[in-house]
Amino acid sequence: MSIRRSERQAATGFLLPFVFLYLFVFVLPIGYAAYQSFLKTERSGLGLGASGAARTVFAGLDNYRLALAKPEFIDGMVRVFGFALVEVPLMIGTATLLALLLDAASARWVPLFRSSFFLPYGVPGVIASILWGFLYVPNVSPIVEVLGHVGLNLDPLGSSTATFWSLANIVTWEFAGYNMLILVAQLKAIDNELYEAARIDGANAWHEIRHIKLPLIRPAIVLTTIFTIIGTLQLFAEPFVLKGKSTAIDSSYTPNLAAYTQAFTNNNQHLAAAQAVILALATSLLSFGFLYLVGRKANR
Amino acid sequence: MNTLPIVDDPVAEPQTVQGRPRSTFRKRTRRSASRPALGWQIITIALLAMLASYFLLPVYWLAVATTKSPGDLTDSFGLWFKNPEPLTAVRNVLTYNDGIYLRWTFNSILYAGLGAAVATLLAAMAGYALAKYEFRGRNLVFNLILAGVLIPSTMLTVPLFLLFSKVGLADTYLAVLIPSVVSPFGVYLTRIYAESAIPNELIEAARIDGASEVRIFFTLSLRIMTPALVTVFLFQFVGVWNNFFLPLIMLTDENLHPVTLGIYNWTADYRHPEIAHLAIAGSFLSVVPLMIAIVVMQRFWRGGLTQGSVKG
Repeated sequence: MSIRRSERQAATGFLLPFVFLYLFVFVLPIGYAAYQSFLKTERSGLGLGASGAARTVFAGLDNYRLALAKPEFIDGMVRVFGFALVEVPLMIGTATLLALLLDAASARWVPLFRSSFFLPYGVPGVIASILWGFLYVPNVSPIVEVLGHVGLNLDPLGSSTATFWSLANIVTWEFAGYNMLILVAQLKAIDNELYEAARIDGANAWHEIRHIKLPLIRPAIVLTTIFTIIGTLQLFAEPFVLKGKSTAIDSSYTPNLAAYTQAFTNNNQHLAAAQAVILALATSLLSFGFLYLVGRKANR
Repeated sequence: MNTLPIVDDPVAEPQTVQGRPRSTFRKRTRRSASRPALGWQIITIALLAMLASYFLLPVYWLAVATTKSPGDLTDSFGLWFKNPEPLTAVRNVLTYNDGIYLRWTFNSILYAGLGAAVATLLAAMAGYALAKYEFRGRNLVFNLILAGVLIPSTMLTVPLFLLFSKVGLADTYLAVLIPSVVSPFGVYLTRIYAESAIPNELIEAARIDGASEVRIFFTLSLRIMTPALVTVFLFQFVGVWNNFFLPLIMLTDENLHPVTLGIYNWTADYRHPEIAHLAIAGSFLSVVPLMIAIVVMQRFWRGGLTQGSVKG
């Protein structure tokens, strides 16, 4: 019995520091955001400048109503959903292609290429955006210059459509290699005997990809898809950095940018909290919806 | 876009635990090498090379641009050198504003290094407790922590800032450090690693020998968990280093900025183009150490959440 107790004490002692900080940094802010979203600041008197005393009152769903009534917030929401729709196939397709190519390549080359693909993961999103920002400016960019010589006149930040794709390019560049690594890990876990059996049955490389590799790395594809959905809906640093370079990006280009503007430029934390909660709900709805679809298909 | 530190962990390969990673790796790759015909190999390599140039080109451009004057940046071809003066650019970056760049770099190392080290230790303790001790509610605790992996950290940052300002923590080193020491992914990874890599008999034997639980953890278990710890540390380090939203919101004092935020502020200084130009060399200098780390530490970037899904 005494051993049991010492073990229980040890388990508690090992868990407690993490759990305490987790509650403080993860759980408490979520509760606080939800709480803030139901409040608003009211000024008594006629609210002329700072003369009226501000007080915080219960607002019910006012902030949510206000957030959803702002066309620019809805536009931002629609934009990131559209972005996810484009980015998920682009990202997962690129990552899968990279992983399959690496799996097929001769061993000598694999570490070199793997590092090249994974390298951008070590470049912070802000730096990547600054970097691509230069590569998008016509008189600086060698890419625009070379394409111009071939007769392709690009202005990557010139229109809203171009800006959208330019942002998609930055995000793909940053994270395709990272997602590739997840897929490669799962590819390496495939049992060799499966390939041998397939070869005896006369399968070629394409058959192996189609009937062995892709089905067996499905869990990793599902996982990378979920994280790509979550990541793209949270889009912030890239448009934030490029805001000065493209007129297509306004202060509520994405929901996160809108919430940031509300909280720090307009000083309306309550509205910002409501926007953050709406985005979080939409994000979980989408990722759980995706998981549900995947699960249903697998059970059929 | 925010990164979730999920990838690839060493659990995926039990041979690492047995200490013969290399031989197994060779055997495996030989299998794929023997497969396709030479023609396919050439096409594969060509495709890989094309894709690699896409990922490397921007970094190469950055290296070239670092050596150029503002005039040459617009007037000469971007992918080749013109009047290269790499030392001038580096000197300008390092000496500007009494060497604030070095201070930012130090801050980044502090946030990422200390944050990741503490995060790894806390995660290892929690993951070990969840793997090796039976207690009521164990799975509930684990699932609640795992849910944290799916929570976008940007959603937490603004409310966290409001909380921190109430208690006077905003605009301090701790404002960035405290959120950086919590890694739900680390708990997940160390738990599944400890479960499969640390034999229960070993712990029992140590107990019979009279070792305390704390001593068993620090002298025995931590050592066995090392490969997983390295992975957790690396992902947390990169995660904190790359995080922009958190310091942007928490910090106003320039002296506390990490290098990412500092460089961003340089580029945003539209009135002074010469400062915006500093951002190019500044970016390059900040990216080099991390790129080296990625190549050198390559074999530790593996395994992860997928491993759990393989095991079901």
